[in-house]
Amino acid sequence: MQNSVVQSFLSEIPTGENVIIESLCEGNELNRRLTSLGFTPGTGINIVQNFGHGPMIVNVRGTRVALGRGEAAKIFVQKEE
Amino acid sequence: MSDCHSSGVSEVINLASTGETKMPVIALAGQPNMGKSTLFNLLTGLNQHVGNWPGKTVEQRSGNFTLDGKTYHLVDLPGTYSLTANSPEEVIAREFILTERPDVVIAVVSAANLERSLYLVSELVCLPVPVVVALNMMDVAQQEGMKVDAAVLSKELNLPVVPITATRALGVRDLLQEAVDVINGKEQTLPNIPEIRADVTKAIETVENLIENYVPTDYTPGWVALKLLEGDTEITKSMKTALPEEKWKAVNTVLLENDDAMVVVASGRYNWIGNIVRLTIERPKMGQISVTERLDRVATHPVWGLFVLAGILGLVFWLTFTIGSPLQSWLATQVVGRIAGFMRTVMVTSPAWLRSLVVDGVIGGVGAVLTFLPILMIFFASFGFLEDIGYMARAAYVMDNIMHMMGLHGKSFLPLFLGFGCNVPAIMGTRVIDSKQARILTILIAPLIPCTARMAVIAFLAPAFFGKQAFLVSWGLILFSIIMLVVLGILLNKVVFKGERSAFIMEMPLYHIPNLRTVGLLVWQRALSFLKKAGTTILIASVIIWGLSYLPAGDLNTSYLAIFGKWLTPVGKLMGFDWRLTVALISSFPAKENAIATLGVLFGSSANSGLATTLASTFSGATAISFLVVTMLFIPCLATVAVIRQETGSIKWTAFSVMMFLVLSTVSGIIVYHVALLL
Repeated sequence: MQNSVVQSFLSEIPTGENVIIESLCEGNELNRRLTSLGFTPGTGINIVQNFGHGPMIVNVRGTRVALGRGEAAKIFVQKEE
Repeated sequence: MSDCHSSGVSEVINLASTGETKMPVIALAGQPNMGKSTLFNLLTGLNQHVGNWPGKTVEQRSGNFTLDGKTYHLVDLPGTYSLTANSPEEVIAREFILTERPDVVIAVVSAANLERSLYLVSELVCLPVPVVVALNMMDVAQQEGMKVDAAVLSKELNLPVVPITATRALGVRDLLQEAVDVINGKEQTLPNIPEIRADVTKAIETVENLIENYVPTDYTPGWVALKLLEGDTEITKSMKTALPEEKWKAVNTVLLENDDAMVVVASGRYNWIGNIVRLTIERPKMGQISVTERLDRVATHPVWGLFVLAGILGLVFWLTFTIGSPLQSWLATQVVGRIAGFMRTVMVTSPAWLRSLVVDGVIGGVGAVLTFLPILMIFFASFGFLEDIGYMARAAYVMDNIMHMMGLHGKSFLPLFLGFGCNVPAIMGTRVIDSKQARILTILIAPLIPCTARMAVIAFLAPAFFGKQAFLVSWGLILFSIIMLVVLGILLNKVVFKGERSAFIMEMPLYHIPNLRTVGLLVWQRALSFLKKAGTTILIASVIIWGLSYLPAGDLNTSYLAIFGKWLTPVGKLMGFDWRLTVALISSFPAKENAIATLGVLFGSSANSGLATTLASTFSGATAISFLVVTMLFIPCLATVAVIRQETGSIKWTAFSVMMFLVLSTVSGIIVYHVALLL
């Protein structure tokens, strides 16, 4: 099976998938809050709930975190298909 | 290389042994949802003091406890995820540690969520204070099938680690003993420290050398340099002013070259934590579906979640109406009413003014406010209970979309909802909102939620004026008020707050069985603070309003209040009011339901006998609807204004709020009156 790496924003990942954080976008304040909750590059994230609109829930480092869609759209992730 | 310098740590260990004379201070640090409050309540019980941190609107809790005949002072630091200046809480926590230098810091971490909770520890070990780790929630970890080895954690951190289960008071004595040993210098702490990438470490050293002689006395240069590279707003601001210009330029160059330092530092800490966690946790969490996951499938669902929320809120309402309201009217008639009657007979020989001051001013004013205590307590308890089981975050989550419109997020919803009972808990409840701006906006719009007292006025007046259509009118008024809330929210957000919206990032804690002690203490403290307010601010203002309505001749009809009301007639006329309605409106300030009593006095007929008929025959429909609208939107009651002052910590915002409602109600009254005249 061939593995290809697909990159996209966290907000676009459907429920149930696992992704790895590639990078965080600009925005110091948001980044500081994200990193202190465990969102750092290389961290695995499980998407607990994403209905395609409104906020979403992810699991990062064993904690469930709710993220606004706008905030999730600033986290660049990669997934393996 | 390490990301901070150990020199500061050894320095404090020397300090710790010298402070023998005064009471030793223990600070409790931890992230939210780690059981820190449970531990604090367990240790101090009712022996705790609740206030605000100096100059901030963040709650400060401290208390004493005794161990082996010696008393210790315990300070509960605000729950924070890190020690970078993301929020006032985080600034408070680190400022306290740096400037007050507690004798020991107990860091509360969760065994069930070790990785994330050690992040705060990775920051604490860089501060010049001894740290003892309380490994809490050992029971939860066990339930989840995890095995956490405290001895290994202790060895890896090189810090004392004590496993505890705060909810069942297990291991707490050992924890305190350990803390006391550290205070007495029996045990030395020299923690291991996170390592970070070499280039950033080098940058930290460069900055450290540049700022060395300019760092405030309580701070260590290594820590300040680290925070500068992390882009900490507070530290950056203060160092920019403290440093000579050329030094700041040099520092800034290093900072710009390392603009990814913040992420590198955080990653470094998490790598360090990751290694420790791998060694500490013998058996990781099993892949079973947790209770939280199961419950959340419904509770956070965009549709079912709203049903769950509606159901829970319905229950809170039901409690209010079946227990709170009857208790309130019982207190009003059987307790306050009887006390008033009793005082009237006892004081029959004292001067009329004194009797009126006691009966109408003090008992009538403060007593009326106090009858709301049962309703307040039901709301405080419901709120505390929902918070404690972990549901609050879910309610915020499902309401986020709707609250978004007003530039708020979900966290503002529940405080607003509490307003239906009483605006006081609503405004106190805004403490759950972490952004200051969103909090002030919520406080500003909260009084537009019709509270039970205003509903009582409407419930009396609407049938009096509109007979069979009263129900329709009442619902229309509620709807109108809520529409005003949304419109005002959107407007204030656009105009005052420039449409800024803070990021929505919120932990969804695991559900857990509520701790009755925690909820009970919360209700007790909130009720106590309200009682104190009733005895001070509300008492004084009630007496003032009474004075205005009594003086100079002891008759409301010729009082200063009446004169003032007549003087306001030109404004009142625009709304269709005569001076009596204006006076009734002003008198509703100490407590909303006073409006009816005042009308009763002015029309010489009590609420029970004929007031309704008199009012209906005196005023036109247009005047009636205008008066009801103005009553709904008028300046919030005295208790609410006092709490707005307390929670915003600002006279400016309090004055803004009062003015805003004054203008809003008057303008709405004028418009409604004139539109109604046309119909």
